[in-house]
Amino acid sequence: MIPEIGTGILLVALALALYGAVMAALGARRGRQAFVESAQHAALSVFVLLTAGMLLLVYAFLTFDFSVRYVANNTNLGTPFYYRITALWGALEGSIVLWAWMVGLYTLIVILRHRTSARELYPWVLTVMLGVVSFFLLVMTVPAPVFARMSPIPADGRGLNPLLEDSGMITHPVALYLGFTGFTVPFAFALAALVTGRVGDFWITTTRRWTILAWYFLSLGLLIGGWWSYHVLGWGGYWAWDPVENAAFMPWLTATALLHSVMIQERRRMLRLWNVALVILTFSLTLFGTFLTRSGVIASVHAFSQGSIGVFFLAFLALVVLLSLALVAWRWDTLGAQGELDSVVSRESAFLLNNVLLVAATFTVFFGTVFPLLSEAVRDVKVSVGAPFFNQVNVPLFLSLIFLMGVGPLIAWRRASIENLKRNFLWPVVVGVAAAAVLRLLGVGSVLVLVSLGLTVFVSATIAVDLVRATRARRAMGERTLPALGGLIRRHNRRYGGFVVHLAILVVAVGVTGSQTWSVHTETTLKRGEQAELAGYRIRFDGLRESQESNHGKVTGTFTVVNGRAAGTVLEPAKKFYPQEQSPIAYVDYRLGFIDDIYVVLGDFARDGTSATVKLQVNRLVSWIWIGGLVLTLGTLLAVLPEPRRKAA
Amino acid sequence: MKPKFLIGGAVIALALGYMIWAGVTQSVVYFVTPSELQAAPVAGKAYRLGGLVARGSLKWDPATLNLTFDLSDGKATVAVRHRGTPPDLFDEGRGAVVEGQWAPEGYFRSTHIMAKHSEEYQAPHDTKGTPPKRILKTLDAGER
Repeated sequence: MIPEIGTGILLVALALALYGAVMAALGARRGRQAFVESAQHAALSVFVLLTAGMLLLVYAFLTFDFSVRYVANNTNLGTPFYYRITALWGALEGSIVLWAWMVGLYTLIVILRHRTSARELYPWVLTVMLGVVSFFLLVMTVPAPVFARMSPIPADGRGLNPLLEDSGMITHPVALYLGFTGFTVPFAFALAALVTGRVGDFWITTTRRWTILAWYFLSLGLLIGGWWSYHVLGWGGYWAWDPVENAAFMPWLTATALLHSVMIQERRRMLRLWNVALVILTFSLTLFGTFLTRSGVIASVHAFSQGSIGVFFLAFLALVVLLSLALVAWRWDTLGAQGELDSVVSRESAFLLNNVLLVAATFTVFFGTVFPLLSEAVRDVKVSVGAPFFNQVNVPLFLSLIFLMGVGPLIAWRRASIENLKRNFLWPVVVGVAAAAVLRLLGVGSVLVLVSLGLTVFVSATIAVDLVRATRARRAMGERTLPALGGLIRRHNRRYGGFVVHLAILVVAVGVTGSQTWSVHTETTLKRGEQAELAGYRIRFDGLRESQESNHGKVTGTFTVVNGRAAGTVLEPAKKFYPQEQSPIAYVDYRLGFIDDIYVVLGDFARDGTSATVKLQVNRLVSWIWIGGLVLTLGTLLAVLPEPRRKAA
Repeated sequence: MKPKFLIGGAVIALALGYMIWAGVTQSVVYFVTPSELQAAPVAGKAYRLGGLVARGSLKWDPATLNLTFDLSDGKATVAVRHRGTPPDLFDEGRGAVVEGQWAPEGYFRSTHIMAKHSEEYQAPHDTKGTPPKRILKTLDAGER
């Protein structure tokens, strides 16, 4: 029964979402509040139905209802409890459900928050959001029917992809989709602003927090994806410039540009058109990413199912882009800037350059990702550009962005004088250059590494200069140091939240630089009792043992670090044998450290357990990337705190 | 817009264009099948070679870490040499993509074997592979 009930729920939800979208638009055009209220009720019902549909699917997973094809394909009787719930988004159809549910949830929050505060825009926002929900409901009923019936009903399911039985896979898609879907709200407000002609600054300041939250979840999704790749896939890396990763990275880049350009609009009434374009671009890129990864047009190490779903996404993407462009063209005259750029050396310029570089990076990632398609279409030659291309082109762009990260927040608005530059940047430049010199003396040879770490120190120093100066100013008014600092951060939480996020990016940058430069690896076959040596660590192979888990068999190797501070650490990498898989899946073991990660992958082994081939890696500074994620969370929280009321002086 | 901003924009666009062009020409990798590679092999050019691992061709020596196998597309066969443990999902009779270069001595020197990490497992369920239980059993027998 569940397939029929589920499909029924989704169809009713689809009808209601379409109804609501039309009613909200009619209500706005004819000024009929009753229509808008009806649309509101429809939106609430859609959310309730989506929730019911999702719970029904969870119920089907928990009760092993293999009459639902999606359940039969993604779980089996041995799948552990938690993974039966998270199997919900373990594959395409379910992740569309999650996606739609999130847009439904965001619609609900928009209704609660903006119903009265954004009266003119609100009905149109509702129309756009319900339109997006309708599209996803259409996808999950026609090309990717999540409640499709399985017949005959199998005795057991195929089981979840073993690589997804990991905590990273529980959280990574959720964070990523919260980010992707979050951009629907700014997009809906942008379209509403264009339709109503209220293209002033109201819509963009109203959606500022939404953009920050969506950006934060997207960042988190990318970082958790990196963590998953690092500790599950067994190659010791966290980013491979895979099309699927690029698909999520592109909207992150444009959203980062948007977060900065919004400030210019708020302060100087410039970049209106640019900001509308960035919102549309970011939202379109979230759709494009899904199209790219779900349609099978690009061969990726993630092998994806092919089907008509690509056509649906492409059509919707075309609709979104054309509609948006038409609206922009219609409102072209009102999108002009009021402010003017005065000088090349000014905060506006720094922010503008930051935007240009971020969009340029987006373009290079886009180009590299679709290049195989272009080449095949134009020259009929199948080619690809791998990680070297992306690194070569993007590293200079990212280093320039880090430099601007130091300059932008401190340089004067409009026109910076020599005096201003000296006051703000003399010390940071000195400290940054000194740091690079020290590293050079310590034996760091690569210019790229020296530039990267030197810039990181420079930017950290600019933040320190700012904090010290502002604290001193408060101390001069009679406050003590710590209360002064606390008051400062609380009072200017947006500014200091931004600084903390910048610090997070710096920490990640150090992690990336360090791990790319100083990680070492080796591969060797050891007899029982033999030791391998890598980067000063001696690691002994102590033997193999086998065990049977709920849904797989396992051969575990025991390796012990015998020297140094890590002495006594036992690492137990394994090979897991899932009955539904033909070949074993490696299970990595590692010891994370602030500087060194010891990372062990069991390769082949002798069947009598006397010898094993092992991949050993000592990865440097990788932990900094994950620490950066925590700092990023703190910074974002600080930035979205409600601004304190100013005391009437 | 003042001219200096336009000039600045043009400089950035040109620099970006150059970086992309240079990047593409230096890191382009050609996808080929065994017959395409056999037809016109160019030593030193970066290739991605895709085919089926021919049955009976796979040799793996744990002591030296040498892995050799033949990749075939049904029409032509290319001998591949690789150093390192065969990755998961890599076996005789299954598809594989290797990245590397053509060696003038007449074989393909692989630097990277691409494992298919699919999100939804589409791998054919070939029952001819060794069932995991049996592998575990052999291990068990060896211990005793």
